[in-house]
Amino acid sequence: MHPAPSVIIFTTLSGLGFGLLAFLGLGMPSVTGWVAFVFYAIAYALAVGGLLASTFHLGHPERAWKAFSQWRTSWLSREGCAAVAALVIMAIYAAGAVFLETDWRFLGALGAVLSIGTVFTTAMIYTQLKTIPRWHSPLTPMVFLSFAIAGGALLAGRESLAPWLLALAGAIQLIYWAKTGKPLAQSGTDIGTATGLGDRGAVRAFEPPHTGSNYLLREFTYVLGRKHALKLRVIGFALAFALPIALMVIPFSGLMLKHLMAGLAVLLHIAGVACLRWLFFAEAEHVVGLYYGKR
Amino acid sequence: MEGGQMTELPAQTDRKMGLVIDLDTCVGCHACVISCKGWNTENYGAPLSDQDPYGADPSGTFLNRVHSYEVQPQATGAQPAPAAQLVHFPKSCLHCEDAPCVTVCPTGASYKRVEDGIVLVNESDCIGCGLCAWSCPYGARELDLAEGVMKKCTLCVDRIYNDNLPEVDRIPACVRTCPAGARHFGDLGDPDSDVSQLVAARGGMDLMPEMGTKPVNKYLPPRPKDRIEDQIDVLAPLLAPVAEEPTGFLGWLDKALDKLPGGNS
Amino acid sequence: MTVQQPRVNTSPDVSEEVRQTTCYMCACRCGINVHMKTGSDGRKQVAYIEGNRDHPVNKGVLCAKGSAGIMQHNAPSRLRAPLRRVGPRGSGQFQEITWDEALDLAVSWLEPLRKTAPEKLAFFTGRDQSQSFTSFWAQNFGTPNYAAHGGFCSVNMATAGIYTMGGAFWEFGQPDWDHTKLFLLFGVAEDHDSNPIKMGIGRIKARGARVIGVNPIRTGYNAVADDWVGITPGTDGLFILSLVHVLLKAGKIDLDYLSRYTNAPVLVNASEGPEQGLFLRDEAGKELVIDRKTGKPAPFDQPGVRPDLHATYRHAGVTHRPVFHLMAERYLSDDYAPETVADHCGIPASRIRAIAAEIARVAFDEAFEIQQEWTDFRGETHQTMVGRPVSFHSMRGVSAHANGFQTCRALHVLQILLGTVEVPGGFRFKPPYPKPATAHPKPHCGVKPDCALDGPHLGFVHGPDDLALKEDGSPARIDKAFTWENPMSAHGLMHMVISNAHAGDPYKIDTLFMYMANMSWNSSMNTRGVIEMLTDTDADGEYVIPRIIYSDAYSSEMVAYADLILPDTTYLERHDCISLLDRPICEADAAADAIRWPVVEPDRDVRGFQTALVQLANRLKLPGFTAEDGSAKYQDYADYIVNHERKPGIGPLSGWRGDGSESGRGAANPAQLDRYIENGGFHVSHIPDAALYYKPWNRAYQDWAVGMGLYDKPEPYLFQLYVEPLRRFQLAAEGYGERQPPDHLRARITATMDPLPIWYESDQQGNAGFTVNALTQRPMAMYHSWGSQNAWLRQLHGRNPLYVPTKLMRENGLSDGDWARVSSPHGEITVPVMEMAALNENTVWTWNAIGKRKGAWALDENAPEATKGFLLNHLIHELLPPKGDGLRWANSDPITGQAAWFDLKVKIEKAAPPDGMSESQPAFAPITSPVGTGPKDLKWKVGK
Ligand SMILES: Nc1nc2c(c(=O)[nH]1)N[C@H]1C(S)=C(S)[C@@H](COP(=O)(O)OP(=O)(O)OC[C@H]3O[C@@H](n4cnc5c(=O)[nH]c(N)nc54)[C@H](O)[C@@H]3O)O[C@H]1N2
Ligand SMILES: Nc1nc2c(c(=O)[nH]1)N[C@H]1C(S)=C(S)[C@@H](COP(=O)(O)OP(=O)(O)OC[C@H]3O[C@@H](n4cnc5c(=O)[nH]c(N)nc54)[C@H](O)[C@@H]3O)O[C@H]1N2
Ligand code: SF4
Ligand code: SF4
Ligand code: SF4
Ligand code: SF4
Ligand code: SF4
Ligand SMILES: [Mo]
Repeated sequence: MHPAPSVIIFTTLSGLGFGLLAFLGLGMPSVTGWVAFVFYAIAYALAVGGLLASTFHLGHPERAWKAFSQWRTSWLSREGCAAVAALVIMAIYAAGAVFLETDWRFLGALGAVLSIGTVFTTAMIYTQLKTIPRWHSPLTPMVFLSFAIAGGALLAGRESLAPWLLALAGAIQLIYWAKTGKPLAQSGTDIGTATGLGDRGAVRAFEPPHTGSNYLLREFTYVLGRKHALKLRVIGFALAFALPIALMVIPFSGLMLKHLMAGLAVLLHIAGVACLRWLFFAEAEHVVGLYYGKR
Repeated sequence: MEGGQMTELPAQTDRKMGLVIDLDTCVGCHACVISCKGWNTENYGAPLSDQDPYGADPSGTFLNRVHSYEVQPQATGAQPAPAAQLVHFPKSCLHCEDAPCVTVCPTGASYKRVEDGIVLVNESDCIGCGLCAWSCPYGARELDLAEGVMKKCTLCVDRIYNDNLPEVDRIPACVRTCPAGARHFGDLGDPDSDVSQLVAARGGMDLMPEMGTKPVNKYLPPRPKDRIEDQIDVLAPLLAPVAEEPTGFLGWLDKALDKLPGGNS
Repeated sequence: MTVQQPRVNTSPDVSEEVRQTTCYMCACRCGINVHMKTGSDGRKQVAYIEGNRDHPVNKGVLCAKGSAGIMQHNAPSRLRAPLRRVGPRGSGQFQEITWDEALDLAVSWLEPLRKTAPEKLAFFTGRDQSQSFTSFWAQNFGTPNYAAHGGFCSVNMATAGIYTMGGAFWEFGQPDWDHTKLFLLFGVAEDHDSNPIKMGIGRIKARGARVIGVNPIRTGYNAVADDWVGITPGTDGLFILSLVHVLLKAGKIDLDYLSRYTNAPVLVNASEGPEQGLFLRDEAGKELVIDRKTGKPAPFDQPGVRPDLHATYRHAGVTHRPVFHLMAERYLSDDYAPETVADHCGIPASRIRAIAAEIARVAFDEAFEIQQEWTDFRGETHQTMVGRPVSFHSMRGVSAHANGFQTCRALHVLQILLGTVEVPGGFRFKPPYPKPATAHPKPHCGVKPDCALDGPHLGFVHGPDDLALKEDGSPARIDKAFTWENPMSAHGLMHMVISNAHAGDPYKIDTLFMYMANMSWNSSMNTRGVIEMLTDTDADGEYVIPRIIYSDAYSSEMVAYADLILPDTTYLERHDCISLLDRPICEADAAADAIRWPVVEPDRDVRGFQTALVQLANRLKLPGFTAEDGSAKYQDYADYIVNHERKPGIGPLSGWRGDGSESGRGAANPAQLDRYIENGGFHVSHIPDAALYYKPWNRAYQDWAVGMGLYDKPEPYLFQLYVEPLRRFQLAAEGYGERQPPDHLRARITATMDPLPIWYESDQQGNAGFTVNALTQRPMAMYHSWGSQNAWLRQLHGRNPLYVPTKLMRENGLSDGDWARVSSPHGEITVPVMEMAALNENTVWTWNAIGKRKGAWALDENAPEATKGFLLNHLIHELLPPKGDGLRWANSDPITGQAAWFDLKVKIEKAAPPDGMSESQPAFAPITSPVGTGPKDLKWKVGK
């Protein structure tokens, strides 16, 4: 799949944002006033910024509101609804925390559930696609959720929890890689079933239907070299998990330095998640590529 | 209407209109591709645009594309070195019964019509998110770059019921134009229709059945090829020499001429 | 659940008006419905093009090119006004001038030539569909130097067919699609009859009939064939004659048909001397046969005669034998046994036998009868028409080889032996065919200053006397057509014009006037060489070819090489006529012709080329265009179409003549074009039922054809299994007769001009080490060079790889996308490769004419056509490599001069990607575009 920047930014930032909101909703940390304001500002900047970024890849962003209507069947619609619900509930909860210095526990918990739910719906947009076997797996929501939770913990300053959650997310990422090694090849879909000609012999794409380009080729037949992918996996993994964990567990002396290191861990993590998200798209193979002989 | 519950697939459609494509006769001429482009540029919805049409990287929106595949049959005792075959392969929306492109659509722009099963995009509702194209295993949807909306085969919904067209022309543009007659249009829900009969007679097949999309369009597989040596016994009397020697041949000739009507001198 | 659905307008207005005319994107000439809508500028514009259901050719279907006509018509590459060259030739630098200036300039060049030496004008037309008109113009100018492009296209096919059976495949005839049960296709990728062939294949396959494709490449029609014969290029003749051998040997031939309708029973003179090998004739010149009833010689057409295929005639101590004896003697020989030819053809003997058996089975075991009485030319009435449902079709794969004439002959002889020509289920002619070679004109080359030529330029020779030679024996024509080098060059040799004019051989010319032929690019062999010849200057710095006038509608590669450009309209903006005098749109059961008319007015300062020619003729006061009082006979082409008469009552169009009720013959009708337009742009005259088959011998057909003006009198004839004119050339080569060939050609004439079909190796001489066959094919969705300016079509075929068979890929360590150096004795190209398995294992190929010159066609200079696309033409030379005999032999068929495009042999090696290797080689410098480049985006929609 074409790794579109808007979608990478969206899933990376909104995942983190909603992860952070979930922690805030659960009162971890339980903050009020200016401190709360700063936390919420960051969380909303990430979540809303991500959502806004996602509209960049729309042909008609001005009609985005129409996307709330089909929650009965569409995960994308559900995501929109969940996101709005989470943001609204958390906004009320945040208003209480910032301006009234109160903690409406129930609202916070509800907001946290909705925030995680939003991440889940995002993940399901990809998971539901049978056409992309690598994504069509329960591991996809686990990746999205574990990333969001670990990132949220990191942003929420959960020093003791975060390394564990990061490690967990890293582990899930490793499992994802291990389990989805050659998903298309193992899916039972190949150029033979795609063309229905498979039982007649070995099928090979001959002339393409067009020498010019088109939407399908741009969107679905992105091919990433194996070497390149491996390199990026190492970098992404190190940035997203290994280095932040290291920065967090190495006992730095001095609060300033500690905060600095935590900040650095967050930045590395974001860069790492973005890198892994890029890979998430770039490594995913759409079955349409079979028709073009690109798989 | 907009914003209803369109993305729920109808439990059942009154008819299942679709195409039957004969891979045995498609010569790969691309006529259907271009007539589709022409009709749909001028008709339903936004024109099918082209980017850099005279430039270094031309690209454009088409609703129908013709691929081609080489098939190398396995060697068998009878055919130790079978020749590779070439199959031209037109592909447009298959108007699936369980169309994932419809259910994923967040706006309801994608829908499947109850009366005939045609899967359409209501362009004024489409936000151009692309998700329907992602969910389609067949590459049947293309996002138009100029218009920012999803385009797909409409089964020429603006032809097949069009009162302004003579009855014979109420068929899709691609079917009307196909010189080889490799495209057939009709109701695949009606077992007695011509298309259903054709599918039954020729073993019409689904593409990627494992995707569970239940395509309405069917493909007729190519007939077996390169069988002439298996089918014809060259030692049969058909080719038995009338004579071994040229002189014998002339003798045969004389007799054979006698047998012609009015032949005996 | 009630689902709310958007309401879709399922009955939108399709258009405001439909204008019916004729497609132009290839010589198939389908009928089209042009849907018009009012555009944003308030003018009616073309909105959509579809096939015309009532049209006899396409019956509603339309190919990709036809449907993309809207993009062709609106292409940004259209020329806008007459152009006068201002930069050096080839630069593409022009100045726009007015039509008056352009015509005055042309007249100032042409008038002196006509007054003194008309042959100094060479007028050659390319993809023309108005040859009867352009040749009329040239004839009235007085130059002998006129031809269209047929000589490099398929003259082998046309000529072999006409000499053998009075018509050919190509567009002269078609299989009886309704009845045929076995269809064999030799060497066809697309052909001129493209939609009908597709429709026909579709129909016979729907019936479950068998299609056999004989072609080194398995694409298109050959991909849908039930059986594929991946023959070694150039060996079809051997394969066909092997089928003949097997069928003859098994007696699976139609003796009745052979004896009645062919020259198989005609007696061949066996006496040594100047008549040896010619036919025995009676005083009236009628060929003699032995009547089986009397055992005596009799003229072949004598009523009641039963021509004998077996009996011989002994006279004056010499035994004269019928043609059939000679055939049996030759083809029963083991030289033609499947086992002998198998390796050479690359077809297992068992498959050759199986195919022969299937042909025999279908021709004889599935024979059927149509209950239709008819009377033959001898006056005998037959109660039924016997069908032999085997049909054949063939085109350039057979004809574009140097042995193509004889191979085409062999194929016709096979058809005739089976009795499958002009019978139900077999092959059928389309009017004005059948028409034997003897009913065609002979070539004329009588030049006199200030006079018209003494007759039509092109025609059919029947012996050395008919050659176009000057008194000193030198060629009368610039292209050396109808000379000893290629005596039967019935279509001229357009591919030799530029090189001969450049060499001043046989003489120098002044003005080269070309129309619709991209001669500096894809229609030439040795493209770079041709470019050099067009731009070469002599010692005085003058161009060696002093003046070049060219008419094109688009900014093609050729435009840059002309001094004066006469810009044509597009096909939707002008009158045209697809005439029975020329290459009409007939079907086997009807005579039909068609017109084009301006369904839109041009928005540029362009004129239909034919109208420009009329205007030139008027300024030059050419005889055929000038009335006795000196006034112009015709104002423009439409006027000519309606009012010109070739013979009294016979004009360009056959429909609605006289008062509108006459077809074929009749006075000019001023309302004729309107009647065509009302009828959808075409006219059909159906052939009566009793005349539908056996046309060459069928009285009802002959009479009908005379009534239509196709013949002046009935012209029944025999199929020529043995072609006597060929023998006359052999006799000359043996030393008989007045006109004698040069000595160096004697052996070749004797060897190749055999009156019975033969096969000889067409492999080029002097190319040792070049062992791989290299071919081109027409893509169905592109027409030569012009498709590339079409925004829709160029997305389908915007570049062309070289397709290489699996074995050669492996041997050369190639994989898809690699670059390979492909060389011939003449040149070298470096191009991207792709593997193909369904391909003869010693053949490479590519799509024809996709490669483009930078700067042409209003395309970006980095267009893939110009960077990745390539031509094979750089590897093909109009001359063969030197053989060491001091002579350069033409790369042509020695009989017809047909360009042997497909004899090309190459060597292929992997090319290490040179630095930045992103461009096919050779790359040429860009030419300046006289029309700029096209827009960045297209959102074509006329209506709202
Ligand atoms: N390698 C290789 N080369 C080949 C062949 C092959 O098989 N292999 N085939 C050969 C054969 S058979 C042929 S016929 C030739 C064809 O080659 P060409 O005769 O050169 O045919 P086109 O490329 O169609 O070019 C014709 C020219 O006509 C112009 N034109 C188009 N429409 C109009 C119009 O309406 N009016 C005017 N005035 N001009 C117009 C086009 O712009 C173009 O410049 O190519 C030959 N070249
Ligand atoms: N779409 C489209 N249609 C066209 C044209 C076009 O440019 N585009 N051009 C028109 C013109 S000018 C012409 S002349 C006709 C030509 O129409 P075709 O005769 O179909 O010409 P080609 O495309 O050159 O195809 C030649 C075929 O012969 C095969 N072949 C080559 N050598 C041999 C051989 O030795 N034996 C056998 N059996 N096969 C062989 C090649 O593989 C190829 O399939 O098409 C006309 N129609
Ligand atoms: S083919 Fe694709 S676009 Fe068409 S209905 Fe099926 S899934 Fe949807
Ligand atoms: S692109 Fe349009 S039709 Fe497709 S899912 Fe998105 S909104 Fe629906
Ligand atoms: S049915 Fe209509 S829209 Fe669909 S492919 Fe055919 S022409 Fe195109
Ligand atoms: S028009 Fe018909 S024959 Fe041509 S590519 Fe389309 S389906 Fe095949
Ligand atoms: S075959 Fe195609 S290009 Fe040729 S005349 Fe017919 S529609 Fe036009
Ligand atoms: Mo041609």
